[in-house]
Formats: sequence, C-alpha cells, structure tokens
Amino acid sequence: MRRGNWEEYQKSIADDNYYYARSCIRQNFFPGSEKAFLDIVANRLGRNIYDDPLHSSCTGIGYHSDIVPLDTIMAVVARQFALMNEAGYENLVSSCITSFGIYTEILSTWEEFPETEQRAAETLYKATGRTLVKPKNVAHTSDVIFHLRKQIAEQMTRPLINVRTGEPLRVVEHIGCHYAKIFPKKGIGGSEFPYVLAGMIESWGGEVVDYPERRHCCGFGFRNYLVQANRGYSVANSQKKLESMAPYRPDFIVCNCPGCAMFLDKWQYTIAEMEGTTYGQGGVGIPVLTYEEMAGLVLGYDPWQLGMQMHQVDVEPLLDKMGVEYDPATKYLGVNGKYIGKPEQAVVNGDCPSGFYSMLSL
Amino acid sequence: MATNFGFSISKPRVIDMDANNLRKSDDILASMPQLQSCIGCGACTASCTAGNLTSFNFRKVHTLVRRGEYTGVYEELNKCMLCGKCRLLCPRGINTRAAVMTIKRTLGDF
Amino acid sequence: MKGRVVIVGGGVAGMQTALSLKALGIESLILEQSRQLGGKLTGWHLLFPTFTPAQDVVAPLIRAVRQSGIQTRFGCKVVSVDSRRVILDSGERIDAAAVVLCSGSTLFNAKIKEEYGYGIYDNVFTSADIEQMMNNGKVAMADGRTPERIAILHCVGSRDEKVCQRHCSKVCCITAVKQAIELKKLFPDADVFNFYMDMRMFGPGYEELYRRAQIEHNIHFVRGRISEASPLMDSRVQIKAEDTLTGRPLRMSVDMLVLMVGMRANDDNAFISSSSGAELAENGFFKPRNSFMDNVLSTKEGIFLVGTISSPKTVGQTLNEASAAAIRIAEYLRYGN
Repeated sequence: MRRGNWEEYQKSIADDNYYYARSCIRQNFFPGSEKAFLDIVANRLGRNIYDDPLHSSCTGIGYHSDIVPLDTIMAVVARQFALMNEAGYENLVSSCITSFGIYTEILSTWEEFPETEQRAAETLYKATGRTLVKPKNVAHTSDVIFHLRKQIAEQMTRPLINVRTGEPLRVVEHIGCHYAKIFPKKGIGGSEFPYVLAGMIESWGGEVVDYPERRHCCGFGFRNYLVQANRGYSVANSQKKLESMAPYRPDFIVCNCPGCAMFLDKWQYTIAEMEGTTYGQGGVGIPVLTYEEMAGLVLGYDPWQLGMQMHQVDVEPLLDKMGVEYDPATKYLGVNGKYIGKPEQAVVNGDCPSGFYSMLSL
Repeated sequence: MATNFGFSISKPRVIDMDANNLRKSDDILASMPQLQSCIGCGACTASCTAGNLTSFNFRKVHTLVRRGEYTGVYEELNKCMLCGKCRLLCPRGINTRAAVMTIKRTLGDF
Repeated sequence: MKGRVVIVGGGVAGMQTALSLKALGIESLILEQSRQLGGKLTGWHLLFPTFTPAQDVVAPLIRAVRQSGIQTRFGCKVVSVDSRRVILDSGERIDAAAVVLCSGSTLFNAKIKEEYGYGIYDNVFTSADIEQMMNNGKVAMADGRTPERIAILHCVGSRDEKVCQRHCSKVCCITAVKQAIELKKLFPDADVFNFYMDMRMFGPGYEELYRRAQIEHNIHFVRGRISEASPLMDSRVQIKAEDTLTGRPLRMSVDMLVLMVGMRANDDNAFISSSSGAELAENGFFKPRNSFMDNVLSTKEGIFLVGTISSPKTVGQTLNEASAAAIRIAEYLRYGN
C-alpha cells in the first residue's frame, strides 16, 4: 500500500521507564497478550516497566455506556496518575485503546478547562488522600511496540512469511476508533492512514492489505453491544468489514484495541452460527491477533503461552503458514498443566453441526 | 439448526450503487428527460395533498428511483391523488403528475 | 510621483492591469515570480461557461503586453511591500508610484484532505489534473483504461472548517459542471456523478449550463459530501456519501474520483500585509477598502487589488477589476487619494 507521509504524525514515545496500565477486556479475553508485552519489553528488550497491582480499571466502558459520570472517571484517572507518580514513574503506557482515548481526552479537557482538573484533584485528595501529578508522556502499548519494532525485528525468529510459498503474509490491520479518531495527532500516521500496526507488519516481513472498509468501526459501540436487542447493528458493522476484506484473502487480522480484537474474533463465530457464513480461506474464519500476539509469534513464543487457545477463531491455519511448531495436545492445558476445558464445535472453525446447512438451504 | 442469540443481524440501509440496476431508471429518464433537472427544492412535496396527510414525498421517491431503489415505490406512488398542484409549482417545469404515472408504468408492481 | 506603478504578478490580472494603465498613458513594471507570463490560466484547458480555450484569453494578453513594451521582470519574489516601494528577496528595492497586488491565490492542496487519498490512490485526481490531461489530449485512468464511472466532488478545500477554509471558492461548482460535460463528451457511455453541497450557479449562463448538464448530458447530481475514498482491488475507488435528498447513506465504486480544489489565500499574503499595512480579511485574502465603491483598493493608500488576491473570482471578473483599478490608479496618481 502506498501512503502519504506518516511521519507528519510523529508523536513522542518514551524510550524507557514505563508505568503499565492494564486493559479490562484484554486481561479477560486475551490474557496472554499483556503477559507477553511485559516479557518482551522487560526481558527481551531490556526496558524498565512497572505493572502496578494498585491501579484499577479506567472505567471507560462504563463511561461510554452512560453508567460512570464524567467527574467519577476523571477522579479514577487522577488516581491512576497519582499512583504512577508515587511509584516514581512519569511515562504512562495504556494497554487499551478505550483507556488511551480516555487518558488523552481527559488530559486535553483539563488543559482546555482547568477548573475540571482542579475539581478532579480535589475529589482525588478527599477520597484517597493522594495528589494528582500528570504524566509527562502518554502512549498506547502498541506505540511502544512500534517504537521498538526494529529491535524486535533484530531478534525475530519467525518473520511474517508464508513458509510454504515464501510470500509475505497478507495482513489486515484495524487500529480502533479511539486511537486516532479523537485526536489524529496522537496516533502514529493519523487517523486516515495509521501506521502504528502497519509499521510493525512491514518491519517483520508481512504485507499490509488495504481494503475499502478499513477505516470502519468494528461495531463494539459500548452501549450498542451491552444491550442484547442492539447487538444486531454491532455485529452488522463487523460483518461489513469482514465482507469487504474477505476478497483480499487476508491471512490474519491484527487489532490495536482489545474491544476490536474481541468483536472481530467473536462476531465471526456469531455470524457463522447464525448464517453459516465464514470469511477466511477453506471455509473457516480469519484469525484475529492482538499486536502483542503478533510480536510474540515473530519472537518465537509458544502460541499457547501467548494465550491463543482463547480465540474463538482457531489460529492453527495461521500457525501452519508461519511454520510455528506447536503441540495440539497442550492447547487446552493452562500454565500449571491443568486442563482448562475445550470449546464446543463451531461453524467458524469448519465444524458443521448436523442439519445446519440443510436448514439453510431450505 | 442456526443458533438464535436473541437478536438478528441488521441489514445495511446504504444505497449500494454497485448492486442497484439503473436500467429502469434510465428508461424513465429517457422518456422524461426533464425529470433529471430536479433541483430538490421540495415545492412539490410542500404542496402535496397526499404528503400533508401521509408520509408520501414525491421528491424523495423519484430520487430513490433514480438511484435504483425501486422496492415499495409503486405502493408509495399510489398515495398520489393526481391533483396536479405540484406541477403548477415546479420551478424546473417538470410535469410531475406525468412523472408519477411514468414511474408507475415503468416499474409496474415492483 | 517617483517611479512607475509596480504590478506584483504576471497572470491575467497583472497583464490586463498593465495594459489598461498603458492605455491611460501610465507606465508600469510587472514583477513575476516564475519564468513566464500567464499565471494559473497557463495549463488550464477550457473556460466556463462558454468552453472558450484558456489560451484564447492568455495568449492575446501576453502578445499585447510584449507589443506594448511593458517592462516585465521574471524570477522576482516579493517579500515586502509599501505604497512607495517593493522589496525583493534579493534585497533589491524598487521604487513605485503605486503598487497593484495581482499575485492571485493558491490552489488548495488536495493531499490535506487525507480521507480522499489524493496522491495515495492512483485514480483520484484534482480539477487541475483534469485540465492538464485535457490539454495533453489524454484523459484516462492511471493504467490507461477508459473510465466507465466518474465521481466529481465539489468543495474540496472550500467551506471546510477542518482545513481552515471557511469561504466558498465560487468557481468550482461551475467548473465541476463544465468538466462533467467535457468528460461525458469524451466518454459518452460513462456515468458521471457530481457530489455537491449547494450548486452555486451565480454567473450568466451558469444555471443554464447546469440544466443542460442534467437534461442533455444525463449527468447525475447527488446532494451530499463524500466522506471518504478507499481503494478497491483493481485500483478503482470506493466512495461514501449521504444522498441527503433521500436521507440514506450511499456507496459506490468509481473508476475516477475528481476533487474540485478550491482557491485559498497565498501563504505570503501575511508578510505582504504586515509590511504594507494593507489588511487581510478573516479568510486570509486581502480586504477591499469598501465592498461596493472601492473593491480594487486595499485598506492602505497607494496599494491596489486586482483578481483573486482579494477573493476567489472568475477570469471575467478579474479582467474587469484590472480596468477598474487602472482608472482608480490614474485618479490616485493625479489627485492623491
């Protein structure tokens, strides 16, 4: 894909000493991703990063669902910043696009309306006795991986190459609305031609595939998903993207945002169960990866250590293309070797329950 | 059996110009080229006998036809009372009353 | 009065001003930044609404300037102006009896509207590109294929707060109608869609041309601004807009997307304004002293305005302003102002 000058959208990303703010969704649905991120940054690339057990949810999902009021979320965010300062850090790294959007938006609100910062600082002090100190640098975890992508490439053992054909893997990237649509200048490459994931893919040997609905929202939409009756148009947005990308035969989708990764993965299951449609090659879904999983794979991590058995769409077709050696027998064994249970058969993974298609063909 | 999750997948509202077939629309415009000169002013709808009592909107309906959206148009045009007031008002001189009949005849019971 | 009238800019505005002054017996000097006379009209194909070749306007003006012995200097970048002198970037000072700003405007850089992918997708063009292609006698898709469906988007870099261009560039609507007809004549089997916000057919014969585009050329007009362009597999382009007259989103693939780029104020207007004291309007163009009686006068005595330096306008209006300015300059030189 030809691009404009993404370098016009450079932002400062701290090089070391990160304070890590976790993601609610990622911890639950892609539990290996955050662990892999910490391991890559600290142990592979030798950076100092602090995973603080005291920090909490940013409450962004509640905020965007009209459950958490603005003053409350500002106080929660002020507390995260206070904790960071107490721990001796000034570079915040958020593991979630929703949180990243919340942090940048609140910092910007405090800038524009200083009385709101005053109020948040007071609430924080009254409630916890802590003092608000704003971060020097706020980045998303993918910004950090992007920043370190060339060092990762130096240690790469499995490039994003199809080992059978020798061709680059075709990758579709999705950056998530709140990464750059709120503040295009806070995202690498801006909002129209973002480069944060594309830069990783290109550095690690893959090919970025542009497609017509690339910029479209995954459909998460917070309250639109949370109310069951509204899920029809949440899933319809993912479907629109999947229909648009399918003809380009992507080998996998890589997502920036925990919510997008979850929905592009799980809505494929839903669509397959409801309508029998799959969008990958060979009658299965398209694997959906987080960028930490993508980084982990190229660095030679075991896919089950990365938590890839938690995906709704099976990742084995991708692992086979990359030449990743894995043990199918250990897929559903947890870190302590204990059996964690196995999902039921799913249409999206090529399992066709009896009578399904005969019903559809009526 | 297809799984029921308690909701259905919404169908897109988009006018998909790649999927729509403009042949019938082209036929209508070929027989009534003046219809193409509509500037969307809405005088027809403002004065419409039917439009003041129902959702009938001639401006919108004929524009949809020109985008290849034919479904429901015939029933919609049945709401027209053929009073002819719109024709008196059209600043582009379109014979709107005849347009109603031409569209209905071309689309048939689409 | 010491020195001649100095005219900044050798486009149609500057040339006609010099010729009108000459007719009144007033000597002038044209300072042109490039290496030739003609300005933006050089490279333009046909002029609306009469489909007159741009060369039929530019060439006679250049010939007349040469024949009348009006002095012209090329490669002159003006960095500072006041009513008695002009300073070039070389440091040279040129005395002036009066100064006429004829340096026009700048075509909006379509790359700034990133969502349309100009410079990224092969089959996205600007109105200026189309004129160039027409002049070269070869209008086609990037790979040489004949387009079957063309979308023309009005107001790119006009009426758009997002790119700090609130004003209407005025001539793009009629240019879009003109280009739509030209493209339809070249490709009779192609469907041409114009996406507009308002059709501003302000000039004589414009509305009539719009009507002919609709009825005789079967050009489709969709009221709605295109929100984004995306690539398709075969290097065609998918566009999205709202068809506001039906209240529904609309999506289509096109072979060519043409962006009607607007006129914006020159970047150096700010320097010229601060050095001369001639004020700028909010949109960055020079402000006329009075919109009715003194259109060709800047707010500073001895500095005159002709053409798109003061606002987007047509070639005809620019030429009229040149003649009007010459008379006002003659009055100024004789009586002061």
